[in-house]
Amino acid sequence: MILIYLIGAFLIVIGLFVNRNKIINYSLLGFFILLQWTFTIYSLYHFRTTELDYFSFDSLGILLLVTLSIVAIPAAIHSFIYIENHPDNPETRSIYFAALVGLLTATGVGYLSNHIAVTWIFTEITTLCASALIYHHRTKLALEGTWKYVFICAISITFVFIGILFLSLSLTHAGSDDLSFKNLYANSAKLNPFWLRLSFLFIFTGFTAKLGLVPMFTAGIDAKDKAPAPAGALLASVLMNLGFVGIFRFYIVIANTPLHHWANVVIGIAAFLSLFVATVYMIKVKNLKRMFAYSGIEHMGLVMLGVAAGGIGYYAAILHVILHAFVKSAVFFQYNQIYRIYQNKSIYHIGNYFKYNTTGAIVILLAFISTSAMPPSGLFVSEFLIFRSLFEANQVLVLIAVLLLLTMIIWAFGKNIFKILFIPPVDFDDSNLPKISPWESSTQFILLAGAVYLGLNPPAEFVQLIKESIMLLPH
Amino acid sequence: MIHVFLIIFLISLFYMAIANRMLTYIRVIALQGVLLFFVVFLQLKEISTLNLVLILLETIIFKSLAVPMFLRYILKRNKITREAEPFLPNFVSLIIITVIVVVTILLSHSIKDVNLDKIFFVVALSTLFTGLYFIASRRKIITHVMGYLVIENGVFVLSLAVGNEMPMLVNLGIMLDIFASVLILGIFLNKIGDVFKEVDVDQLTNLKDY
Repeated sequence: MILIYLIGAFLIVIGLFVNRNKIINYSLLGFFILLQWTFTIYSLYHFRTTELDYFSFDSLGILLLVTLSIVAIPAAIHSFIYIENHPDNPETRSIYFAALVGLLTATGVGYLSNHIAVTWIFTEITTLCASALIYHHRTKLALEGTWKYVFICAISITFVFIGILFLSLSLTHAGSDDLSFKNLYANSAKLNPFWLRLSFLFIFTGFTAKLGLVPMFTAGIDAKDKAPAPAGALLASVLMNLGFVGIFRFYIVIANTPLHHWANVVIGIAAFLSLFVATVYMIKVKNLKRMFAYSGIEHMGLVMLGVAAGGIGYYAAILHVILHAFVKSAVFFQYNQIYRIYQNKSIYHIGNYFKYNTTGAIVILLAFISTSAMPPSGLFVSEFLIFRSLFEANQVLVLIAVLLLLTMIIWAFGKNIFKILFIPPVDFDDSNLPKISPWESSTQFILLAGAVYLGLNPPAEFVQLIKESIMLLPH
Repeated sequence: MIHVFLIIFLISLFYMAIANRMLTYIRVIALQGVLLFFVVFLQLKEISTLNLVLILLETIIFKSLAVPMFLRYILKRNKITREAEPFLPNFVSLIIITVIVVVTILLSHSIKDVNLDKIFFVVALSTLFTGLYFIASRRKIITHVMGYLVIENGVFVLSLAVGNEMPMLVNLGIMLDIFASVLILGIFLNKIGDVFKEVDVDQLTNLKDY
């Protein structure tokens, strides 16, 4: 099936790319969503099986694949709205949809790969597709954003490759040459620690470009700022999850070696610095879209802190990653409506949103509650568990510092959001406002409600899948 | 014999440090491609003939012909001036690269591993760091691309060092090469000249938090 899926998606990408007819483009996109869901349902029925040697439907892969398929539907709807509101030429529209489908496919298949090199290849394909999306508007700033994204991702992907080379050197000591995760888990005790250490450093640094963690976080910020918001939603949610998968699968290998503690320290430092950077920028930033992007850095910092703390933190990290994907994509989808009204990204020029778009303002308010992890947001549960894991790991000082940083983030975030919602904007002429249908916000409500439901009342199967994803980790 | 080629490869880095003109950089990158061709030919013995032929073709056609020709075309098309415009004087660059090579030699000697070919390791690491140094110390975007190509060559040498047992890794290295080069060069370096009048990194500072 995965072969059919890949071939189908590839044909759709080609079809979208060469075709300039609007109706055929939209039907191809609809056909892809159908294919994506067929594949997702198929994968649920073939849980724990392996296909084409390099892809297996394991619990982590399935969880994230379902998340991706859920986010893909609103992404398609909002892309349609976006393109209809920006009547560009047919060529850019075709490239946009082709790149969107390519990104979704590569990300989904990247989750399922059980071989480090295959994960690497699909991560590289996502860079290719994402750069086409970021360059959508063909402006000077879009070009700058694309250039920075491409260059940093190219360097990062090279780092991951160097890491894989060192990993192979480490594996030769175990007398094996199979770089599949299964074999790595089986041989983890025999891996050479020196090369493994180097390999982890390189692979971790490489994947931080996708995950949005210090040191390589900058590329993602520019990318999410310049890409059209529906594409930005994917970059800020499902693509970040691909970075998480890359790091997490390899982390499981290293966690079963004596380097476990050392790896935790490395991850912990990067995660804490990410939180710090996110705080500094969120206090300073006046560009709304970039503020949302920095909020992503904050959440990924928390996720990785959970991983570094261990225990219940592993469970919380995966829960957080999934819920964050729902919440953050909803925020980015909603952003487009704000831009359509104000034609500006600066917080100074946006205001009184309740007056101009009540439904959208409610989404923004709910999104604020969700992203800042206040109850009843689902993220509250996962963040609480992450704090608990830090407490249980005797990292009280880190916990206090994290709580302080989070307070500042909530203050900065809240200040800006409430300004947008209630305070009148500077120099804004409201005589000629575009009509925005409240129905356009329905997908955001569903995504936000989904995050609340999964956080507060998770179905037993969902909990079971998360538990199975962290089964191989030492507790 | 392999070692001779690798040492010439290392010397090419020193030459690049003191080179002033863009065309010289392109020539050095082409030369590195040719050197890699010979190294592949002599080093990879345990892989299938078809695979070997593919890798050889990639090094000679892609690394030493296509990419340098394309870079030259970009220079002409975007009317980029010939000077490389480094931030630091050439003499300082030469010293820094010497330091890099010495440090990597010391580093590789501290590693006790029978599976590791020391010369490959030294050349690969020095090339990697030199590439990073070029990116950090040159002003033009196109020189950054060249720095990146140098890094790729370094990674390729590293993959050759382990590639005898795992040919898959060499193939992956080539994939990285083609992928990233297509990405960086093909898609839009072409267009950078149209949008930006001067292709300096100083121009790329508009995207920031205000």
